[in-house]
Amino acid sequence: MSFLLIIVPLIASALLLLARPSGVRQIALAVGVVNFAISIFAAYSALYDGTVNHETNIAWIEQAGIRFSVGMDGIGILMILLTNLLTPLIILSSQSQRIDNEPRYYGLVLMMVAALNGVFLSTDGMLFYIFYELALIPIYFICAIWGGENRIRVTLKFFIYTFVGSLFMLVSLLYLYLKTPGTHSFAWTDLVNVQLSTVEAIWVMLGFFFAFAVKMPVFPFHTWQPDTYVTSPTGGTMLLSGIMLKMGVYGAIRWMIPMTPEAWHTLTPYFMALAVTGIVYASIIAVKQSDFKRLIAYSSIAHVGLIAAGVMAWNKMGLQGSLIQMLNHGINVVGLFFVVDLIERRLGTRTLRQMGGIAKVAPRFAVLFMIIMLGAVAVPLTNGFPGEFLLLNGVWQYNNWLGAIAGLTIIFGAVYMLRAYGMAMFGETNAETAEFTDLDGRETAVLGIVAALVLVLGFFPNIILQLTDGTVNRILGSVQF
Amino acid sequence: MVGIIGAGSLLASFLLTVMCLNQVGASGPIQSTLYHFMSIDRLSLDFGFLVDQLSVWMMMIITGVGFLIHVYSIGYMHDDEGFYKFFAYLNLFVFSMLLLVMGDNFLMLFFGWEGVGLCSYLLIGFWYTNRDYGTAARKAFIMNRVGDLGLLLGMFFIIKTFGSLAYKDVFAQLAGADPAMVTVICLLLFVGAMGKSAQIPLYTWLPDAMAGPTPVSALIHAATMVTAGVYLVTRCNGLFSMSPDAMHVVAIVGLVTAVFTAIIGLRQNDIKKVLAYSTVSQLGLMFLSLGMGAYVSAMFHVTTHAFFKALLFLSAGSVIHGMGGEQDIRNMGGLRKYMPVTFWVFLIGTFAISGFPLLSGFFSKDEIFANTYAHGGAIWWAMASVSAVLTAVYMCRLLYVTFFGEFRGTEEQRHHIHESPSVMTIPLMVLAVLSVVGGLLNTPHFMHLPGSQWMAHWLAGNGVNGTPIVPMAEVHLSASTEWSLMSFTTALALLVIVALYFVYGKVANLPVSDQKQTGFTKVVANKFYVDELYNSLFVKPTEALSKFLYQYADIQGVDGVVNGVGTGVSKLGAIFRRLQNGNIEYYLIGMVVGAALLFLTIFI
Repeated sequence: MSFLLIIVPLIASALLLLARPSGVRQIALAVGVVNFAISIFAAYSALYDGTVNHETNIAWIEQAGIRFSVGMDGIGILMILLTNLLTPLIILSSQSQRIDNEPRYYGLVLMMVAALNGVFLSTDGMLFYIFYELALIPIYFICAIWGGENRIRVTLKFFIYTFVGSLFMLVSLLYLYLKTPGTHSFAWTDLVNVQLSTVEAIWVMLGFFFAFAVKMPVFPFHTWQPDTYVTSPTGGTMLLSGIMLKMGVYGAIRWMIPMTPEAWHTLTPYFMALAVTGIVYASIIAVKQSDFKRLIAYSSIAHVGLIAAGVMAWNKMGLQGSLIQMLNHGINVVGLFFVVDLIERRLGTRTLRQMGGIAKVAPRFAVLFMIIMLGAVAVPLTNGFPGEFLLLNGVWQYNNWLGAIAGLTIIFGAVYMLRAYGMAMFGETNAETAEFTDLDGRETAVLGIVAALVLVLGFFPNIILQLTDGTVNRILGSVQF
Repeated sequence: MVGIIGAGSLLASFLLTVMCLNQVGASGPIQSTLYHFMSIDRLSLDFGFLVDQLSVWMMMIITGVGFLIHVYSIGYMHDDEGFYKFFAYLNLFVFSMLLLVMGDNFLMLFFGWEGVGLCSYLLIGFWYTNRDYGTAARKAFIMNRVGDLGLLLGMFFIIKTFGSLAYKDVFAQLAGADPAMVTVICLLLFVGAMGKSAQIPLYTWLPDAMAGPTPVSALIHAATMVTAGVYLVTRCNGLFSMSPDAMHVVAIVGLVTAVFTAIIGLRQNDIKKVLAYSTVSQLGLMFLSLGMGAYVSAMFHVTTHAFFKALLFLSAGSVIHGMGGEQDIRNMGGLRKYMPVTFWVFLIGTFAISGFPLLSGFFSKDEIFANTYAHGGAIWWAMASVSAVLTAVYMCRLLYVTFFGEFRGTEEQRHHIHESPSVMTIPLMVLAVLSVVGGLLNTPHFMHLPGSQWMAHWLAGNGVNGTPIVPMAEVHLSASTEWSLMSFTTALALLVIVALYFVYGKVANLPVSDQKQTGFTKVVANKFYVDELYNSLFVKPTEALSKFLYQYADIQGVDGVVNGVGTGVSKLGAIFRRLQNGNIEYYLIGMVVGAALLFLTIFI
């Protein structure tokens, strides 16, 4: 089943790119839904005691000890659910607008999905690296072809930055690989058994950290992100913020810390300081942003900073919080970027000051947007809350003062999100917003699904926490400092 | 129809609450767990409810007063285009408030806590086309969130110290807890209470919250939500009683708030603003009472305050309704002729809050003063009495300026004035009756009246390990001391009521000092410029920092470095770019084929 999740979108992608059939939209959406169905079935038929389910392990490049081995434990299942839940939503939301050369666009989106699934399913270091890099290629093209102003300059920067980051990870992986006994192997289980001296571990960890910190991104490696989010077409932004940045968080949980626990004590204080600084820094910047999309980009940096801090704290609360928050942040950010997109398509602007009074003319939109906004502000009984609660507790356990500083996010989050909502929706209408039409059927479907998820996962977070509980216990138990 | 569903659901809740009340009275607290909300190892955070003597008491207030206010709203909001939305929000509020008091653990309390904050935000900004109202709503939410952060951190300390957030687990382990830790927990919980119950320094949102429709002010910003902080401390009385330092802080904050905001209330001319500052001041008294260890007295004052303050707000709403939206009392006067029912109930409310003998506020305030004298001493008592005198002053000024003398508004307004319809006046009358007789719930022992310490006995109930849910405060004063304390404050109140009549009630025109405000009165009228202070201390610097970080730190600083590093790479990139001939299709096909080939190698 793991294999299917990769190969189905990849074949569909090749089909769309090469054969350019008619009915592209329907095919893409169907593939997305099929993938989601496979993920649900995989999740349904899995064990959650920390073991790896649905394994496929085939010899691939035998001479170099590289195997095509994929499978999913509880964390993997969560990531697969995240990816394949958001994919149909992203595809559906892209269909609200006309896109040039649709076969190419959807082909790239599906290639991206294949690569993302691969990243989350790989249990072989080299395979992980290959998928990690493969994911970069379609998103690069999506942004560079369908992006807005300055897209070439912005996407090139994004590409180079993240690509260089990944190279450092490759070096770390190779170093570990060469330390494996006998004929060497890239298998996760072999790599994780490598014993490193503290100095070695520090360098290896830094290599991983650079790759993942750029991807998430963690302050001060974040500056590619706001420009890229703003410039990309909405579908690309959703892929980037909803799923792709989670590759970094996932990488830290699955690879970085288990591979180099020897360096955790030495480096964590610095990483933690960066993450928490990023939370406050990005939140404060978001307070006065006038471009709605850029505002969400900065808020995303703040949220991911908290997720990263929760991972680095490496305790039960922090890890469980970071995992559930990855899913919920993905859902919310897709909803928010869709909100920005549909405002921009109607008004031709993303500038908050040029909006106002939309609640008056588009009540349905106002309600759904409000629910999603509350999720982003982490109001209890929305999906943003459980993750934020657990993450803050995890960070707080690591250090009380850092926890309190990270906690400022609940204040700033309210400041910038309520400001944005108020500026867009409240007040009197102006000449442009008076013409604002309420949501059509497809838009209602997308935002409705997102809003429903905000509430359902807000009331019943244990469904998600149970998925990862066993795996997190096993990881925490096996990684000894 | 909307009104019937909205108010009907509250009536149903009220009746169910009465049934709960009976059951709790007959067979003790009811506990039930719906499901596990989150479980992390042994820490189980449940969606669970506890209806005991304390929570059912709050539920009675919430659903009872809530029902009356819903009925009133049917008349008040009649012409509003957002009528259905109003009731939706109001019902959502009641849901959250009930969650707050019915939860059996701190997390449930927090759900309700933030939920009522959200509803408050939605209802303050109910008339959303007005940008200023939106700003007031946001201010309320954000200031509350400052408090919520304290509450959240307090919960983290509770988890660490007691390994649980359930009340029963926490309160059962009090004996073995580290006192220093308990003090930290209490202070953090109190930060939450300061936000929600508008205590110094987090009080400035409440007067601005008057932007919301008047029934909202009555329900949320007077009778129920703002008392959540008092409920929290009362619920955690076991914790607070362990920490004299925390109790001291609570008492000081309460007393300072009570006096300071009462002074501001003296010079406000907006009918709702006066009541808002009065609410903050009364909440301050309740916290003073909590700080003295008189938890029951605080809850007693919560109860009577819910009656007379809801009454005052709703009758102020009736005035505003009758005056066609006018809120400045300088443009009113002589209204008793035009709105007799509103006048009489407002008079009852004013006398009740001022401590007129045998009305509800008389008893609840007297209890607080007696406890303050017994546990704090004469100076604390004297300060508290000052706030009581100030209360009588601003309330009588409000009453006399609004309803006595000659009408000072425009001719147009004079034609418009009318008494409100009975759907509004009947709830007023019910509340007026409650404001009169509410004191009988807990009359002092030494007076030998019916209802002697009835509420105190009820709330004592039976909690964890047989300890009382809310312990009775012991007042070791002789009956003669109690009589003289009571007589003194009552005499002062009566004196104020009479004296103010000659200043405001019997004169045709307003005194000059109320028309032109200069010197110190101007400072008071401008609320001691606290808003301006906060603005220049917190809001402006944050905004400036936001712009600075974005323009300089981020774009020029961090990104500048990145671009500097990247220049070399970019040059390399320029070389690689020449490999691209611009035909992306060609290039993509190559890539897909390449990837497919790579996978094919698996099977070869």
